[in-house]
Amino acid sequence: MERPLGLAVLILLGCFYLVALFADFISPYTPPDQSLQKTYHPPTALFWENGRLHVQRYELADPDDMVYRKIEGEGAPVRFFARGHDYRLMGLIPTDRHLFLVDEPDRIYLLGSDETGRDNFSRLLYGARISLSIGLVGIAIIMVFGFLAGGLAGYFGGIWDNLTMRFIELVMAVPGLYLLLVLRGTFPDELSPGQTFFLIVIILSFLAWGGTARIIRGMTLSLRNRQFVMAAEVLGQSPLKIVGKHILPNVFSYLVVAASLSIPAFILGEAALSFLGLGIQEPSASWGLMLSQAQDMKVFMLNFWWLLLPGAAIFVTVIAFNVLGDVFRDIVDPKQKFLNR
Amino acid sequence: MSDTTIQNGRGGEPILSVRNLCKYFPIRSKGFIRKQVGVVKAVDQVSFDLMPGETLGLVGESGSGKTTTARAILRAFEPTSGEVFFRTNGRTVDLAQISERALKPLRQQMQMIFQDPFSSLNPRMTVGDIVGEPLMIHGLAEGDVLRRKVEEALVRVGLKAEHRVRYPHAFSGGQRQRIGIARALIMNPALIVADESVSALDVSVQAQVINLLEDIQEEYKLTYIFVAHDLSVIRHICDRVAVMYGGKIVELAETETLFENPRHPYTRALISAIPFPDPDVRLQFDIKGEAADPADLPAGCSFHPRCPHAKQGVCDVRGEPPELRAIRPDHRAACVRVEEIAEEEGIPIR
Repeated sequence: MERPLGLAVLILLGCFYLVALFADFISPYTPPDQSLQKTYHPPTALFWENGRLHVQRYELADPDDMVYRKIEGEGAPVRFFARGHDYRLMGLIPTDRHLFLVDEPDRIYLLGSDETGRDNFSRLLYGARISLSIGLVGIAIIMVFGFLAGGLAGYFGGIWDNLTMRFIELVMAVPGLYLLLVLRGTFPDELSPGQTFFLIVIILSFLAWGGTARIIRGMTLSLRNRQFVMAAEVLGQSPLKIVGKHILPNVFSYLVVAASLSIPAFILGEAALSFLGLGIQEPSASWGLMLSQAQDMKVFMLNFWWLLLPGAAIFVTVIAFNVLGDVFRDIVDPKQKFLNR
Repeated sequence: MSDTTIQNGRGGEPILSVRNLCKYFPIRSKGFIRKQVGVVKAVDQVSFDLMPGETLGLVGESGSGKTTTARAILRAFEPTSGEVFFRTNGRTVDLAQISERALKPLRQQMQMIFQDPFSSLNPRMTVGDIVGEPLMIHGLAEGDVLRRKVEEALVRVGLKAEHRVRYPHAFSGGQRQRIGIARALIMNPALIVADESVSALDVSVQAQVINLLEDIQEEYKLTYIFVAHDLSVIRHICDRVAVMYGGKIVELAETETLFENPRHPYTRALISAIPFPDPDVRLQFDIKGEAADPADLPAGCSFHPRCPHAKQGVCDVRGEPPELRAIRPDHRAACVRVEEIAEEEGIPIR
């Protein structure tokens, strides 16, 4: 394998997306599922007994500092492919099987629980759905708009070019975070989780499409003056087909790179919005929202480190996409790589 | 300029008649309003006739308007004014006026070979797709027929049929130019405009490509407009030559006449500048200054500031520049002092 790093991050991201896709199968609980007797529960230990995997049972030793102590020798058996809450697998197949569960009232907290005893692991998986898909939906939108605006501006030039570019400059001149807040402020607070999701995507795309459009315009301008475009024009090819057949394929490699490099911006943007309380609302889960809940003083004072795991997830995902983008760029643009060395 | 038929060595109807062709580019100011502040007369009042099977050379320095002329004829640019009469199937159409829609079927008849073999082929398309594109655009062939025609065209230009599936980057400059020629040839056109088609190639490869162009001209009875700045190439391949300077044709004659008995001082200067492969022969190029700037042409004859024969009050008169006039049958020059210069030097106009 020529690029082991690229393959590694590709596999890593593939795993992330698979986990997000099967979040409701893998996670034992739903995101809002509370257990008020077991708040700030540490990650549960697992042990083997009688040939079965068991979950360690804990007792609350100090209610003030939320210190749990293991009850030695006591545990609940983990049941695999057990029946739990109902859901639709991949949104299609109705089922209630889960990868693993323990019988109530015991609970399995692989990554601990939060202030209302919700399972951090389950919330992380459900949050991955939002945090990981927001980038894909977002780049789909900015690529379409960026290509339409930038490609047409670059190909036809003139007044259309002038207007588009000035508008983009206007959008880009406004500081991003404030624009984000203002745009969010113009929409009502009470929205369904799906609506909120799309609202966030659209706001973030609105902030990001300008840069993409600019770069695509520049590339189109330079491609437009290449002789193969004139060759097609002289042959009588229609402008739309020239854009589709001669310009788009030559911009495409850039699109792939730009896409993989701009996904992190969406993930971080969603995290920032949710962190400020303007994004995904309780009781749904997203990585940014989970981080904002971890701002509690208790988390810092009493070392509930597991509540900071969404931050680690964001970190790993963003780094992985950046590495992937770099690897893509090396593949499509070997010269640049050569110059950088 | 006269509208009468411009004489040529052959009888019959011309396939292409260019009359007073102009292509002006506006110069706009910087900023948002982009007011027009001037005009570049890239091609100004160009007229010539082209007979079937003939090769006309367009020659001149960079910025003389030769490429723009070629492109305006094929409507790669909209001409500013003038007429381009193209005869096809017994019908004459003005290419400068008809709509893009009506032009499309005519485009089959006229093809272009480009200068830069590296930018004229789309790097993301296979050679087969590139060569077959004209047929696809005009809906003339598909599937196996298309493949067979592409392979035939590739073989005809000296490539292999199996090169069809490769991408342009796998080929050398000369081979790429052959691909470009195959793309032009596949439509079985009547007129091919070769825009500096060999200037980007090595001399040895140039010779091969020129020979190929000559072979296919004979085989398919093609008419060429051959744009070049290399006079030795022009002399080799062209039947007639038009010398351009500052967007205008300054001399138009049969190749032999032009090279043996050039009348316009600019043509003479150009010919004297042809390098001769003998270190003892000194290069004679007695022209001073820079080529005329088409955005700011001198008054009168645009060559007069550099012309050794220029006469004050004759050549620099504001207003109409010298007309391209017949000084002999088949020989036209745009210089008011042609006869005087001939007399001064004692070289009769032949």
